[in-house]
Amino acid sequence: MITLTIDGKRVTVPKGTSLLDACRIAGADIPTLCHDPELSLAGSCRMCVVEVAGRRNLIASCVTPAEEGMQVETESEAVIEARRIILELLLARHKLECHVCERDGDCKLQDYCYRYGVKDSRFKGEEPHFYKEDPNPFIERDYDKCIMCTKCIRACAEITGAFAINLKNRGHNAVISTAFDLGLKDSTCVFCGQCIMVCPVGSLVSKVEKGRGRTYQTEKVRTVCTYCGTGCTLELKVLNDRVVGVNSIRDEKLSPANRGALCVKGRFGWDFIDSPERLKEPLVRKNGELMPVSWEEALDYTAKRLKEVKEKWGSDSIAVFTSARTTNEENYLLQKLARAVIGTNNIDHCARL
Amino acid sequence: MNGEKRILLEYADKINPEKAEDYIKVGGYKGLEKARKMKPKQIIEEVKKSKLRGRGGAGFSTGMKWSFVPEHAPVKYVVCNLDEGEPGTYKDRIICEKNAQALLEGMAICALAIGAKKGYIYCRGEYPHIVRLLNNAIESAKKAGVLEDFDIEVRMGAGAYVCGEETALIESIEGKRGEPRFKPPFPGVEGLWGVPTVVNNVETFACIPYILTHGAEWFASIGAPDYPGTKVLTLTGDINNPTYFEVPTDYLLSDVIYKLGGGIKGGRKLKAVQVGGSSGAFIPPENIHTSIDFDSMSRIGASLGSGAVFVLDETRDIVDVATRIAKFFEHESCGKCNPCREGTFRMYEMMQRINAGRGSEEDLENILVLSRVMQKASLCGLGQAAPIPIETTIKHFREDYMRKLM
Ligand SMILES: Cc1cc2nc3c(=O)[nH]c(=O)nc-3n(C[C@H](O)[C@H](O)[C@H](O)COP(=O)(O)O)c2cc1C
Ligand code: SF4
Ligand code: SF4
Ligand code: SF4
Ligand code: SF4
Repeated sequence: MITLTIDGKRVTVPKGTSLLDACRIAGADIPTLCHDPELSLAGSCRMCVVEVAGRRNLIASCVTPAEEGMQVETESEAVIEARRIILELLLARHKLECHVCERDGDCKLQDYCYRYGVKDSRFKGEEPHFYKEDPNPFIERDYDKCIMCTKCIRACAEITGAFAINLKNRGHNAVISTAFDLGLKDSTCVFCGQCIMVCPVGSLVSKVEKGRGRTYQTEKVRTVCTYCGTGCTLELKVLNDRVVGVNSIRDEKLSPANRGALCVKGRFGWDFIDSPERLKEPLVRKNGELMPVSWEEALDYTAKRLKEVKEKWGSDSIAVFTSARTTNEENYLLQKLARAVIGTNNIDHCARL
Repeated sequence: MNGEKRILLEYADKINPEKAEDYIKVGGYKGLEKARKMKPKQIIEEVKKSKLRGRGGAGFSTGMKWSFVPEHAPVKYVVCNLDEGEPGTYKDRIICEKNAQALLEGMAICALAIGAKKGYIYCRGEYPHIVRLLNNAIESAKKAGVLEDFDIEVRMGAGAYVCGEETALIESIEGKRGEPRFKPPFPGVEGLWGVPTVVNNVETFACIPYILTHGAEWFASIGAPDYPGTKVLTLTGDINNPTYFEVPTDYLLSDVIYKLGGGIKGGRKLKAVQVGGSSGAFIPPENIHTSIDFDSMSRIGASLGSGAVFVLDETRDIVDVATRIAKFFEHESCGKCNPCREGTFRMYEMMQRINAGRGSEEDLENILVLSRVMQKASLCGLGQAAPIPIETTIKHFREDYMRKLM
């Protein structure tokens, strides 16, 4: 165990604890932009800097191990000055349009500017010119709002394993890019949206959700994705009784199967809920046209036709194909129906939609 | 004699640096022979006792650095930093061109001390002829049998200044984007491909054979007591004799300029001198009667750095010079951390404005605040040092700036 003093408070933490975690244990609220407990460390945003007695420079707490006897100040004058200047530097390259931004009210840049009273940037000059036109149906890439935390890169590589994006260019001109700067659909991107999940600002936005309601305006309903048997937890954003978006829940206790990670269907494929093409009642084709009927009529008709086919052509002329979107129990019952009632082993499953 | 003391460059142009036999004839590879009879710990002790400190800029004790390498790690590497990206610096090239075998011998001794079997030399991309020279030198040393089972591979950079920073250099050897890593862990514990690695400058390695051959006491008695030995300096700018010299480390900066350098060109007066390359502080004439060693330079708010000495005469526009330096750092920032990526960019914008006569006093104040934050909060030495030349010119030559403001 290690004992150190943080903002005048003595705390004891296990050896190997990061200074960031030690500060948080001591009750200090340390701002971070590039740190994510699930991703490898970057140590690059420098927002988590703290002052450690005897050290000439400020220390990035996320990448520094807590040491015995350290005297740490988390909001000294120098620390606040550094954080303010960093925010001002970021604002100088930021398309500041909170009034129309999807992330208004849920944005770390906005929060920290509020916290440190950063209204404007003294470093204004060349405006941002990083917007990336990307005609794909799911993800908007407005790097004019990018704060270069590289979390998207790390999430893509370390959570999804797609390695679709990385850094291009150096210095101020560094920007997030796919290989050869192609659109996401021509890259190895699988449109999981994990990059959106970790982006702390409005730089990456779901095109499907855009303009339909910000997180704080919506009611949140925790549920399980219905697409496949993995059982990913997600949070539906509901506005006026309509689903208008999907959030990740990254807390492992609430989201044990996926810790917030989703696939393209769970993240972007929920628009079927209100689709006018959605089937809402059984249909039976009569005189070449599909007509709405009662469940009773539909089931009777299906049983009758199955019987006829079986009698005329034999059991093995029928095959049953089940769906990942139904439950295990339903799938079990269907294979019972196939083998025991219809009398065929022609039973299969889509495995994944 | 002009006060030079040549150890590394004693046989400059008298031996062929590619030929191990030439070097052996003048006493070469004796240090390595001696080291082979010593225990690794004894070698490190000897280097510690010599008080040799890194010649790459940071001035860290070389013996200490070697002692941090965990003894029992199965694989370790020795890496030589020949990136030499600091503008105005070419001393590592000179050391290779005149005495490459000493570098190889120094690396081999380090390998014995830490238990490494493989070394890399990371060579500046603009030095293809040095890559050829080193490959020939390695082949010759291998043929002569002096390196035994120690292998050295030469790798080439691609022109990024930041790849001289030891962890960015390691990333680059690994084939990754040249970006510094955060420290700790230091390379001595987790370096190239995640294993313990010693990274030293060319000049640092080249000192090692002489320390082993002549003894630590001998080395420690040369030059400044806390930064002993010699230093190879490269003079550039408005100087009569713009060339390289090897001097004891207690040599005075004023003597570098007026004795070795032959004074300012055209008999003009000195405006300022920048020591250590583009990231160094500008030193006004009243401070030049200072010894060039690491600590004396620190005491006047400067740094010895790589040992480049850049002289400006009285006719030079120092604001213009500082603006060009700001451009250099704006171009060379790797872009990893916020203070440097955006800071170098805005610094250059403000300097351009001032230099063009469109700047205000507010710009000057903003530069000073930004400079403070960059030095304190940047991830690596590039961003930490980038504002120093600007800050020191504002400090010593504020009138020059005021004259240019709107
Ligand atoms: C931006 C930057 C550039 C550097 N460039 C060089 C270089 O070109 N050559 C060098 O030897 N060290 C350079 N260094 C210092 C190295 O990081 C490292 O400290 C040095 O190689 C250690 O060797 P030494 O202990 O022998 O000096 C640079 C450091 C920084 C921050
Ligand atoms: S990303 Fe944040 S700061 Fe930027 S416009 Fe959106 S809400 Fe505002
Ligand atoms: S959507 Fe998924 S695969 Fe595509 S870039 Fe984002 S994280 Fe990578
Ligand atoms: S797009 Fe978002 S997650 Fe990616 S680097 Fe920019 S701000 Fe960070
Ligand atoms: S200080 Fe500059 S060069 Fe160093 S890591 Fe930060 S951006 Fe890169």
